[in-house]
Amino acid sequence: MKRIALIDYGAGNLTSVRKGFVAAGADLFTPDSPSALAGMSAIVVPGVGHFAATSSLSDGWREAIAVAVRQGTPLLGICLGLQWLFEGSEEAPDVPGLGAIPGRCFRLPPPLKVPHVGWNALEPTPRPPSALLEGVHPGTHMYFTHSYAAPVTDACAAWTSHGVRFASVVDAGNVFGVQFHPEKSSDSGIRILENFVRISCSRNE
Amino acid sequence: MLAKRIIACLDVRDGCVVKGVNFEGLQAAGDPAALARRYNVEGIDELVILDVTATIEGRRALESTVRAVSAELFIPLTVGGGIRSEDDAAAVIDAGADKVSLNSAALANPELITRLAARYGSQAVIVALDAKLSDTSYEVYARSGRAPTLRNAVEWAQEAEWRGAGEILLTSIDRDGTRTGFDCALTAAVSNAVRIPVIASGGAGKFADFLEVFTVGRADAALAASIFHYSEHAVGDLKHYLSERGIPIRR
Repeated sequence: MKRIALIDYGAGNLTSVRKGFVAAGADLFTPDSPSALAGMSAIVVPGVGHFAATSSLSDGWREAIAVAVRQGTPLLGICLGLQWLFEGSEEAPDVPGLGAIPGRCFRLPPPLKVPHVGWNALEPTPRPPSALLEGVHPGTHMYFTHSYAAPVTDACAAWTSHGVRFASVVDAGNVFGVQFHPEKSSDSGIRILENFVRISCSRNE
Repeated sequence: MLAKRIIACLDVRDGCVVKGVNFEGLQAAGDPAALARRYNVEGIDELVILDVTATIEGRRALESTVRAVSAELFIPLTVGGGIRSEDDAAAVIDAGADKVSLNSAALANPELITRLAARYGSQAVIVALDAKLSDTSYEVYARSGRAPTLRNAVEWAQEAEWRGAGEILLTSIDRDGTRTGFDCALTAAVSNAVRIPVIASGGAGKFADFLEVFTVGRADAALAASIFHYSEHAVGDLKHYLSERGIPIRR
């Protein structure tokens, strides 16, 4: 049976993410060891808080997720989970990210208030639209809460501005990420989770 | 551009909305989940459930209320009122709250802010601050505005920030319930002194009050209860009003 794995590495409360996926038609499974990732149809890396919290992914999880990604398993990083897809973050320079997407995350600069908390718009990039954003119109507001952000690179499928532009949606092959919380972004957020569930199903047919 | 947030507050006792529910067409008047559903359809940006219960039975009712509201609404949900310990916070977060709002407990035990921020992240911890003008400065009151603390509002907000609070929910005791407008001097003083978002509360009576608190008051968000209860279109109409006047709003 194909299932979507939710990685619980202790970074925050996962109740809302689970409920969001239930609304999107998927019941997430929480594997208790990295070896349980084999055979999963997709992987979700959630997370709130400090980048250093992702260091608990180093005990085998990082390698197991990298293997699954190389095999084509769709991966979705949410909030801190998106930042972890990159090589690292200036929030915790010694903690490596997954490195699936080149670049390092940075602190949102003054003078605007940080953390960036609230609803902000997704702006389109020149590249072809991401399957993750199907049915989500440019300019749609999503709910953000973060102090660090990912750079706008080739992997950026939508950007958002808070003093500077940052990547709010990334799409690099089978690796996806959203800086906002789709599970807290009303109907449009649930649509993005539905899109990810659909991507997971189609890649595993 | 980051939108200014419009937040509706539901005062709940023993699982029922107790204040200002007076509108037609709602099947289960007083049912927080039904009211939350209506606000969501109208386009509210966030919800706050404020528990005004004092009993154990009421707290259990609160948890089922939080469960019912969060099961079907996918916007940020804050729960406040009566959160005195890490266990109290854990109970409502496990039930589906995204953030907890600490008030008297934070004043009595500021370490609680730091402990909860370490456990759930700062984004999950709001410090609610009730202030009242005394001579030339604003003083913080505890216990629902009944107990003066001799603390200065700006200084307490700054302390809450360095202890790990992610947002400040700032209520003007002088304006609360008066519908004469937010206290913009208070809001601006606190908002200018901290880097975290400030939610203004107390005094909302008309749409122009929101425009003023977002400009003069430098608020990042504004919270109200009764103004949204009395009209079926208040949230949408307010957003339209603000948008036409250049305030960034989520549409």
